Amino acid sequence: MTMPFYVAPEQVMKDRAEYAQKGIARGRSLVACVYDGGILIVAENPSRSLHKISEIYDRIAFAGVGKYNEFDQLRVAGVRHADTKGFAFSRDDVDARSLANLYAQFLGQVFTHEMKPLEVEILVAELGTDQRPDQLYHIAYEGTITDEDRFAVLGGETEVITERFAEALQDGWGLDAALRAAVGALAGPDRTLEPADLEVAVLARGNGRRAFRRLGHDELAELLSTPRRGGSRAGRGGAGASGASGPGETTAP
Amino acid sequence: MGLPLFPPGDDPGPDFAALVRRSAPAPGSGPGPVDVAGMTPAVAHGTTVVALRYADGVVMAGDRRATEGNIIAHRAMEKVFPADRHSAVAIAGAAGPAVEMVKLFQTQLEHYEKVEGVALSLEGKANQLGQMVREHLPMAMQGLVVVPLFAGYDLLLGEGRIFTYDVTGGHFEEADHAATGSGGRDARTTIKLGWRRGLPRSEAIELAVRALYEAADEDAATGGPDLVRGIYPMVATVTADGYTRAEQQEVAERFAGLVERRGIGQGVGGGGP
Repeated sequence: MTMPFYVAPEQVMKDRAEYAQKGIARGRSLVACVYDGGILIVAENPSRSLHKISEIYDRIAFAGVGKYNEFDQLRVAGVRHADTKGFAFSRDDVDARSLANLYAQFLGQVFTHEMKPLEVEILVAELGTDQRPDQLYHIAYEGTITDEDRFAVLGGETEVITERFAEALQDGWGLDAALRAAVGALAGPDRTLEPADLEVAVLARGNGRRAFRRLGHDELAELLSTPRRGGSRAGRGGAGASGASGPGETTAP
Repeated sequence: MGLPLFPPGDDPGPDFAALVRRSAPAPGSGPGPVDVAGMTPAVAHGTTVVALRYADGVVMAGDRRATEGNIIAHRAMEKVFPADRHSAVAIAGAAGPAVEMVKLFQTQLEHYEKVEGVALSLEGKANQLGQMVREHLPMAMQGLVVVPLFAGYDLLLGEGRIFTYDVTGGHFEEADHAATGSGGRDARTTIKLGWRRGLPRSEAIELAVRALYEAADEDAATGGPDLVRGIYPMVATVTADGYTRAEQQEVAERFAGLVERRGIGQGVGGGGP
């Protein structure tokens, strides 16, 4: 029997991480943020039927970037977990935190024990209640989990997009302002994204029991084109669509 | 509870009932065969439910009484439930298993919609419910019969549709109206006499409520309007805009209107002057 070559664990992990990062960076990115009526998730996705963003439960949404078949498998598992839990206990007992932990454990397990890590990065978003704040759980390919309460950026070029988006970020902004900022951050200074290039969904308060709702192309076009209201916001809000070059100019690759 | 992942060849797909059966200990799988020979289980029985088509979709209504033998078990039980956004299910039979079946059915429809990304067709939903009733057959043979009534708005055809079931899970589409439960016969006759094509919402609700009244008048296990406690039948409509539950206030007003205009309850007292 031949002995395999010794490879340092650091090297193995580094190689796997590089492999996963490369796979994720090939796909397009995604931005999620909190706005005054709930949580907005914007993805660059020209496909109308292969969704990156979907509903998991009443107040929980899922979003993934990277390899479609891999994150879709995770999405279905999430729906199954949530529905089984809600059926066995109560709808109120289904929460994003436990689901995010399960995802993190699974991704961590695959990363260390399997030949090939999953080339995905996922987001579990939960619309808050009076008792709980809105929560965005960002889970990386190796199982690292971070919780954000304002916004999260997934996919390739996250640093650039994060910088652009953070520049435009406002507290308590409306859906249109948040959407313009997200689209502007995803597009960068040199591109414009049309509604057909985007997949957008919200977890909206006042949407009934099931808070998840997709925004159609017509609705997107209207939101992206509405003239800005209120003079005080005009300056900063401009960072969204037309003024995307503002924050982008410092870091254009 | 780990992440429910399955290998590709062994995936339960969008079937929630199959998923529940596979996750042990299985909630909702129900008890195994129980030997009930010689004993009559005291089970709460739900009673009269009706559905009828009208101009915008369907109206579904149910009385509020549940009985255990000759005892009234609940006075304000709800027997009409939203199955999903565009359909409703009403139950007659053993209350416990019926409510459990409705819960499983609701979860199944939503589960399918989320996993597959599109909702089932109305026909598909009716079929699903039929399978659930069929799986319940062993329990039904032991006396715990559940007979649902299913109605919804068919988004493909643009009209309301009604389905009735038998104990074996067989389901049949009804043309315009249906009623089931112990008072179903009286309710059916009342609707048959009052129904016409394209009823407006108000008249459709009034007819459903009247049918329940007549059923309660003849059937001890069906509850009539309880004016003392303010409990009225539960009425819901399903249209292109979805499932809407009618306010109790509105149902109470319909009753008041019936009593006033149609002279309900007069001259049928039997021992009156």
